[in-house]
Amino acid sequence: MSDIVEKTLTALPGLFLQNQAGGGPAAAKAPFSSRLGGLVRSITALTSKHEEEKLIQQELSSLKATVSAPTTTLKMMKECMVRLMYCEMLGYDASFGYIHAIKLAQQGNLLEKRVGYLAVSLFLHESHELLLLLVNTVVKDLQSTNLIEVCMALTIVSQIFPREMIPAVLPLIEDKLQHSKEIIRRKAVLALYKFHLIAPNQVQHIHVKFRKALCDRDVGVMAASLHIYFRMIKENSSGYKDLTGSFVTILKQVVGGKLPVDFNYHSVPAPWLQIQLLRILGLLGKDDQRTSELMYDVLDESLRRAELNHNVTYAILFECVHTVYSIYPKSELLEKAAKCIGKFVLSPKINLKYLGLKALTYVIQQDPTLALQHQMTIIECLDHPDPIIKRETLELLYRITNTQNVTVIVQKMLDYLHQSKEEYIIVNLVGKIAELAEKYAPDNAWFIQTMNAVFSVGGDVIHPDIPNNFLRLLAEGFDDEAEDQQLRLYAVQSYLTLLDVENVFYPQRFLQVMSWVLGEYSYLLDKEMTEEVITKLYRLLMSDSISSETKAWLIAAVTKLTPQAHSSNIVEKLIQEFTVSLDTCMRQHAFELKHLHENMELMKSLLPVDKSCEDMMVDASLSFLDGFVAEGLSQGAAPYKPHHQRQEEKLSQEKGLNFEPYGLSFSSSGFTGRQSPAGISLGSDVSGNSADTGLKETSSLKLEGIKKLWGKEGYLPKKENKTGDETEAPVPQETTIMENVDQAVTKKDQSQVLTQTKEEKEKQLLASSLFVGLGSESSVNLITEQPECCLSITEAENTKIFQYSVQMEKPFMQGNLCGFVNYQTVDTLSAQLEFSVNLSLLDFIRPLKISTEDFGKLWLTFANDVKQNVKMSDSQAALPSTLETLEQKLRLHVVDIIGNEGLLACQLLPSTPCLVHCRVYADILALWFRSSCSTLPDYLLYQCQKVIEGS
Amino acid sequence: MRFMLLFSRQGKLRLQKWYLATSDKERKKMVRELMQVVLARKPKMCSFLEWRDLKVVYKRYASLYFCCAIEGQDNELITLELIHRYVELLDKYFGSVCELDIIFNFEKAYFILDEFLMGGDVQDTSKKSVLKAIEQADLLQEEDESPRSVLEEHAPAASPPPPCCPRRGWALQHSLSPPLASRFLSLHPRLQERGDRAA
Repeated sequence: MSDIVEKTLTALPGLFLQNQAGGGPAAAKAPFSSRLGGLVRSITALTSKHEEEKLIQQELSSLKATVSAPTTTLKMMKECMVRLMYCEMLGYDASFGYIHAIKLAQQGNLLEKRVGYLAVSLFLHESHELLLLLVNTVVKDLQSTNLIEVCMALTIVSQIFPREMIPAVLPLIEDKLQHSKEIIRRKAVLALYKFHLIAPNQVQHIHVKFRKALCDRDVGVMAASLHIYFRMIKENSSGYKDLTGSFVTILKQVVGGKLPVDFNYHSVPAPWLQIQLLRILGLLGKDDQRTSELMYDVLDESLRRAELNHNVTYAILFECVHTVYSIYPKSELLEKAAKCIGKFVLSPKINLKYLGLKALTYVIQQDPTLALQHQMTIIECLDHPDPIIKRETLELLYRITNTQNVTVIVQKMLDYLHQSKEEYIIVNLVGKIAELAEKYAPDNAWFIQTMNAVFSVGGDVIHPDIPNNFLRLLAEGFDDEAEDQQLRLYAVQSYLTLLDVENVFYPQRFLQVMSWVLGEYSYLLDKEMTEEVITKLYRLLMSDSISSETKAWLIAAVTKLTPQAHSSNIVEKLIQEFTVSLDTCMRQHAFELKHLHENMELMKSLLPVDKSCEDMMVDASLSFLDGFVAEGLSQGAAPYKPHHQRQEEKLSQEKGLNFEPYGLSFSSSGFTGRQSPAGISLGSDVSGNSADTGLKETSSLKLEGIKKLWGKEGYLPKKENKTGDETEAPVPQETTIMENVDQAVTKKDQSQVLTQTKEEKEKQLLASSLFVGLGSESSVNLITEQPECCLSITEAENTKIFQYSVQMEKPFMQGNLCGFVNYQTVDTLSAQLEFSVNLSLLDFIRPLKISTEDFGKLWLTFANDVKQNVKMSDSQAALPSTLETLEQKLRLHVVDIIGNEGLLACQLLPSTPCLVHCRVYADILALWFRSSCSTLPDYLLYQCQKVIEGS
Repeated sequence: MRFMLLFSRQGKLRLQKWYLATSDKERKKMVRELMQVVLARKPKMCSFLEWRDLKVVYKRYASLYFCCAIEGQDNELITLELIHRYVELLDKYFGSVCELDIIFNFEKAYFILDEFLMGGDVQDTSKKSVLKAIEQADLLQEEDESPRSVLEEHAPAASPPPPCCPRRGWALQHSLSPPLASRFLSLHPRLQERGDRAA
């Protein structure tokens, strides 16, 4: 009886809905299972979102009652799950049903289990806690004799499975690799692939079995194993070179149509398999001539076979072209691939055109002439109605930008930017524009105006590096001082004009840039102007739309300008205004300004004009406090012990546990003991930027004639040219060929000019401005910083020496210098010798021979310090022997040994000194580094640790 | 592949499959945003999109959008074919599939997808073996109980064809032919019609 009541109750909302939808009494007779139909119908009959919400909530509460009722059969439960899934898909929360989905997967018969598993895979995610409850069910099903149950278990495992429970099922799945049914083997391989993705070290031991799967007699199993191989080869291609032959053979068979017809897709043999194999070959043949040679034939055949005019053959062709350009180049193949790219670019189908542009972008650095061939198509794509095509074209243009075409390309990018609303695109494009502007700016006015556009369009989402780099560029300048001043003056003037415009709101980042520049460089204007600038800054400060961070920048700028101004009415007004500000930070700034304002002389010496790039001499030892300290000591205060000394004492007292980090953790512990470089808060607040740039200036080195291996961000990987050095500089013969092609193209263009309409002429004009400098000489343009030197003819058995010097711009642990020598022997064979030298920091360290007194003086001038305690082994406990080891291994100079303290000095070539103070305490060696360079101490500390702990 | 979405022209989600752990909130946000972007595109535009850090490949079949998100180095064109193969599978299974089939039998659509893609990668490219696996599982159902899907009850045309039945419908031609357009009719008129028949 209660059963019937329950059923009727749960059916009620359904009944009601059916009637509403015009279903009539028939719905009452409808079996329980068609409830989903009813639900869908009634939802579509509704007109408002609000009604839908009401209806679904009703539905959910009735479902909740049903699933938790003890009388609900599994069959009903299955139906409920389907409806719950539907509600979740519509965006409503059905989390009360999750546990029942797991129960259904566990208890149901096959059909119910299938729905249960599906519900679990849709409801839960990988790290959901309820998923642990599913593990037992999966284990049970994996051991089942029923194939379908095993399949279901493998499917769910490959979708969501808790990482930490992998060991529970791994052996069972491994067994399945030997299963007699290919569908099971295939699913097992894919499940293991999933494990490889989420926990690679757990499946390492089965690599041998993967090889067996690769040789499986069933194509499906073999194809599945390729997913794993693709991943593994991507991570480490050198470990799988021996398989190249097998992959090539498989591809040959596939291309040759040796597979069962089942695997054909629109009469193309196994396209997914082909593409996967091509991708694998591309990875294997990259930068490897010998391996690449194995695949030339099959690639050629793939290019030839894929002739059918069908999307899927184009997919294969595209992958093939990609592979041909990824592996070690072969001119015949490259030619064919270039033709294919042409087919894509010229295709009327928009999808193919897009891919053509993409392929061009990819190969453009290796073969700039290809862009020339298609220049008119590229121009057309720039005005394409589809923004995606436009964007891809801009990406292509970005790769071929040089000093001659930069203005046109950047203008096109800015045009696009103005129409675009998506944040991701804006961030990306703005970064590119800023990069191009910095690299290729033709003149000051253009540069500043472009950067203004970048800052105003980019708003506050732009990468913080952009304003930082821009300011650094302004501050450090280029080689010509007069030119630099002009640039700065132009920036100042342009910002003043911008600030004059009424009712325009600039992004905060832009205002910060403006305030820094105005603060630093307003002195370049007429003297009378300073007050006007201060007035403008003041007006901004009072505006509501300014964030408190920007206000700090603004007040810093005002502070810098105050000593230059004649009258200080506004400054006084500002002080009055902000010394009572509720913002504590602003109030502090105002008070600082107030006190400095009272002592103009101090203010002038503290805020010198145009010294942002120079090191501030800061008395890091705080010697001006000596009197104060002496007074304190005489009144009985305990002498100050530095942090590291206190730590040591604590250490020597309690020997039980060592809380010091071991080994390599130099970076974290290194910074803990650092003092603020500027003793007074004002110094660090107002000119924090200046101090930073100052350091960069002193540590920057000349890298003339050296291939750029280290950049501002550290070591520069060879990312710009994917195939590496050998393609960067084509051998001379090729260059001349390209030149010919170039000329041929332009000649053809000229002959066409006669018959062109005006519009076409405009396009031609645009083309010539875009593709200028792209021809033969552009291959040189792309490799800046590449020293080239021609040696005269060398007689047999003679030696010629050729020298370049390398300097370390910024301290770095390891670096690699590589390059190549091109030469021609008498019989005009050209050959290439590649070389590469590994460099480490120690190669650039030399002893610094100074006296103890000089050491003392220098010590006080350095602001960057790092401290660390190193445990010594018993054998080296004596200080002199330890210092000797350091002297020998690291080329440090031992300046002096006084008792249990030692002084060492060295320099990073050419002239960045670093001083070391060490002190022995039981078996602990306390190292204290100081240097003018901020990163050098860390690296040296690491080397010292290695020496001391290693010996 | 990161995820696959099926949604209607009216912006109703019909199927979603996520191959990378994504929080519920993030999912909803992504679905909403992506639907907006895709629905705003005009018919003659490119089927590929760059969206966030992903590439999106989409194709519209009558009233239904099929939409896949892939990673940077993946092949867009083959993904487009993957969508088409999935549609072919649906078509073969349901026999001239339409949006309604997918709404009322969405769990079946999921089963087919799971048999075709596993963990976001193509598992089985042979149409025959995918459908064989599904039919094997379905056979159990017939032994188990009478047909229960609303379409099978009211619309005989929508019942699964016997395995050897020649293919009908639009999937025969590769490129989108007019008959296809009529398959995925927009929901309302057809629904009304079926509702009337049911009554």
